[in-house]
Amino acid sequence: MNKNLFEYLLRLGDDSLIIGHRLSEWCGHGPILEEDIAMTNMALDFIGQATTIFEYAAKVENTGRDADALAFLRYEREYRNVLLVEQPNEDFAVTMVRQFLFDAFRKPLYEALQNSSDTQIAAIAEKSLKETKYHLKHSSEWVIRLGDGTEESHEKAQYAVDTLWRYTDELFFENEVDAALQAENVIPSLIPIREEWQKTVTDVLTEATLSIPQNGWKQQGGRTGLHSEHLGYILAELQYMQRAYPGMKW
Amino acid sequence: MVSELQIWQWLEEVSDPEIPVLTVVDLGVVRSVKTNGDQVKIVITPTYSGCPAMQVIEEDIKQVLKFKGIDQVEVELVLSPAWTTDWISEKGRIKLKEYGIAPPADEVDKSVLFADPPVIECPLCHSTDTRMISQFGSTACKAHYQCNSCLEPFDYFKCLK
Ligand SMILES: [Zn+2]
Repeated sequence: MNKNLFEYLLRLGDDSLIIGHRLSEWCGHGPILEEDIAMTNMALDFIGQATTIFEYAAKVENTGRDADALAFLRYEREYRNVLLVEQPNEDFAVTMVRQFLFDAFRKPLYEALQNSSDTQIAAIAEKSLKETKYHLKHSSEWVIRLGDGTEESHEKAQYAVDTLWRYTDELFFENEVDAALQAENVIPSLIPIREEWQKTVTDVLTEATLSIPQNGWKQQGGRTGLHSEHLGYILAELQYMQRAYPGMKW
Repeated sequence: MVSELQIWQWLEEVSDPEIPVLTVVDLGVVRSVKTNGDQVKIVITPTYSGCPAMQVIEEDIKQVLKFKGIDQVEVELVLSPAWTTDWISEKGRIKLKEYGIAPPADEVDKSVLFADPPVIECPLCHSTDTRMISQFGSTACKAHYQCNSCLEPFDYFKCLK
């Protein structure tokens, strides 16, 4: 098994799974019907991406664990998603700002992964990029509407940016796993991706009249399995059926 | 032994579970058909990553072919090249419209924020005085529109490129 490739696929898959799950929590609770539908549509895209990524990860691991086992039967410390995606929905502003900060990262990442020397990763990226463009447009427009909206919406959007900013650094986490895969042209360097992310975020937040936090303190941990308290609650819900009725199918 | 052309014709009997007016061939999700003796291999591609219809489509294809006497059918799902709405057939576009769903139109680059949504003709009264209610509609592949002339809401099969 290529351990580095497996590890990287878990990062991609877990980011998609967890943010997809967070979006799905809005089902039936959206501020307006159209947004309820939009968020669940996007949730479906993310869960779909996660499924494809885990199916490939299961193949790479080659121990008989399938995509469902990877999604539902790992323990908290085995999840590799960034802390940003597991942060609670709180209100619509927090959800949209979190989505925007993530989409602005995912778009250039998928663009670059389309050139991966690993054909399955390239195919997943090509497929997912088309959806990601819709997501980024949607979340960017909401951040601008909320930031440049009423006094109250501005305040809530700025609170969201200030609260979530500390988790953005981790999007660009790299270690020996990345170095090994970069050497084989499986994945790109995150340096140019960070530059593009920075530009998108600066443009949109400026347009939204929101200020970019200057506080340099950053929180990391998710990529190495050290999560915030929130992931445990997500997993308790996500894994309930498989833990209560092992092997159940429907 | 059955010809590939015959299989393609039979696949016209498999409809999309969410938009039953379209066959899987109209939708462009069937990428290739290969026969080898009694064995048939069909390659399909999803419209959206999370499209819940794909499993049903795979089962429906197998069922229709089984009914025709073909038992050895392998359905493979490939992601690349990624499906685009350009692959919906001309016949499919006409069927969509008759069914009340506006077919995909060329859209502006999604990196342009707050761009005017594409002008979509109402499939019911053919007025072009319509407005987009939501970019995301009843399924991943549709946006929600309303006609300002006849006031009816309708689905628009949004462009995916
Ligand atoms: Zn009309």
